[in-house]
Amino acid sequence: MKKASFSNRDIVQRAGFSLLTLVALVTVIPILAVIAYVIKEGAPAISWEFLTAMPRDGMRAGGILPAIVGTFYLTLGTAVFSVPLGIAAAIYLAEYARDNWLTRLIRIAIINLAGIPSVVYGLFGLGLFVLFLKFGTSILAASLSLSIMTLPVIISASEEALRAVPQAFRTVSISLGGTRWQTIRKIVLPQALPGILTGVILGLERAAGETAPILFTGAAFFLPRLPNSPLDATMALPYHLFVISTQVPEMPIQIQYGTALVLIAFVLGMNIIATVIRSRARAKRQW
Amino acid sequence: MDKSLSWREYIITRLVRVSGYSAIIFVILIFFFLLREGLPALVEVPLKDLFSTRWYPIEGNNFGILPLITGSIIVTFGAMLIAIPFGIGTAVFMSEIAPRWMREILKPLVELLGGLPSVVLGFLGILVLSPYLRVLLNLPTGLTALAGALLLGGIAVPTIVSIAEDALDAVPYSYREGAWAMGATRWQTIWRVTLPAARSGVLTAVMLGIGRTIGETMAVMMVTGNAPVLALALTSIFHPVRTMTATIAAEMGEVANGSTHYHVLFFIGLVLFVISMAVNVAASSVVFKSKKRAERVLS
Repeated sequence: MKKASFSNRDIVQRAGFSLLTLVALVTVIPILAVIAYVIKEGAPAISWEFLTAMPRDGMRAGGILPAIVGTFYLTLGTAVFSVPLGIAAAIYLAEYARDNWLTRLIRIAIINLAGIPSVVYGLFGLGLFVLFLKFGTSILAASLSLSIMTLPVIISASEEALRAVPQAFRTVSISLGGTRWQTIRKIVLPQALPGILTGVILGLERAAGETAPILFTGAAFFLPRLPNSPLDATMALPYHLFVISTQVPEMPIQIQYGTALVLIAFVLGMNIIATVIRSRARAKRQW
Repeated sequence: MDKSLSWREYIITRLVRVSGYSAIIFVILIFFFLLREGLPALVEVPLKDLFSTRWYPIEGNNFGILPLITGSIIVTFGAMLIAIPFGIGTAVFMSEIAPRWMREILKPLVELLGGLPSVVLGFLGILVLSPYLRVLLNLPTGLTALAGALLLGGIAVPTIVSIAEDALDAVPYSYREGAWAMGATRWQTIWRVTLPAARSGVLTAVMLGIGRTIGETMAVMMVTGNAPVLALALTSIFHPVRTMTATIAAEMGEVANGSTHYHVLFFIGLVLFVISMAVNVAASSVVFKSKKRAERVLS
């Protein structure tokens, strides 16, 4: 028998595996480093005042409340439009659509929506919602722009969740006299809910962190009050971070890191909620 | 059966059907509005000037978009040099080498990177990455195409990892067992069996990564220095550039609606839309073709 441990190809394999391990580490470590660094630099800025007060001195002091509230409103507005529409579209694709040219066209359209650059959604929102429909630069126009960008994420995740529900569930419900819609609403949707929720939250997470689609549709440079109606413009965390890190001279560095930390916490919080829902549902699932 | 129920069912089914078509409607609407606001640029600016090398829209009325296109190309090219090896390498590691527990840790971490807002990466690019690059490479400014390429590489990695990993997972386990049975090492199996079998999915991953990179806006606008100069030499990577996306984002807020400048910015948006459409259709047709081939082989 040959001494396998000294053969050339084993050395190649060992070297190759080490290299790929290194590649994976180099990919992952910066992610943790970025988050740790923002937490370390931003934590000293976080105080009750920073989270609940209006900005002062040309945003160089005070808090970032309007940006936090604005991002919350924008995320909520995006959810109002994209969640019902996205889930309904997923129900159509998973439960009703036949495999024909129209369905293929819908799938191509979804893939294309997912690939359109975020700044193009901003242009579209400006052209359709702000100018053509005369919503002005407003929470409404910005939420609508973000909704269309979020739609493909919600549709694909929800469709996958619906398709994962075993066919036998539907067969039993129909055989017991349930109509198609009753079957979907009472049997299929509840079973698919955790998967749908995960997709919805991940989609909204992306919307909450996006800047380009709201640049010309609803984001305000500086607005020292909270928005009163969906037709008001609003400050938002990602845009605010962009503004104070590039447009305002002599901005205290601590406020910049503090804003970045609040934004990351907002987005990662949603990410963690989605992950928890997914793993809990997996543990509970009996099929 | 109760009448009201069947009426409700009818209406709901209709609504669900219309929602199903919504994606098509939105793609058409987006295309229509880009055409409506972008095509006048072709009338207002002679084609020769539009494809010239000077972009000075405010001072000189020069609307040459070539520097912006080359800016996007050089940043995307640089980003891909980073993202393709690291993305595919990480996908192979996760799918073929890492033990299960490590995979369970790595996967959410990579997803986390995908969820980090690009404005945060741009912010760290300004404060941390570009000063470091400036000192390291002894440049007059760290805000260069290179800084943009590094950040965009990171932003494209999650896209490439998740799609390439799915493709590798979809390769039947029996392919690997066959290779091992014939005496191949795991390393040989990865390179000569698993990766070639997954190549169409890996190609799709790379194409969608490219699409993601060309369309990225905020991070690139913040760190590339915003200089609309023609980037044709390889050394351009060490100089400031300006991408198509950054130009729209930086200038649209300050133009008068309906002006020539406004129309040209929409025209650039139209170019981006067509590029992303082409990338996505190409990527999905790769999948489609290989599916057909698989069906032929299996039947």
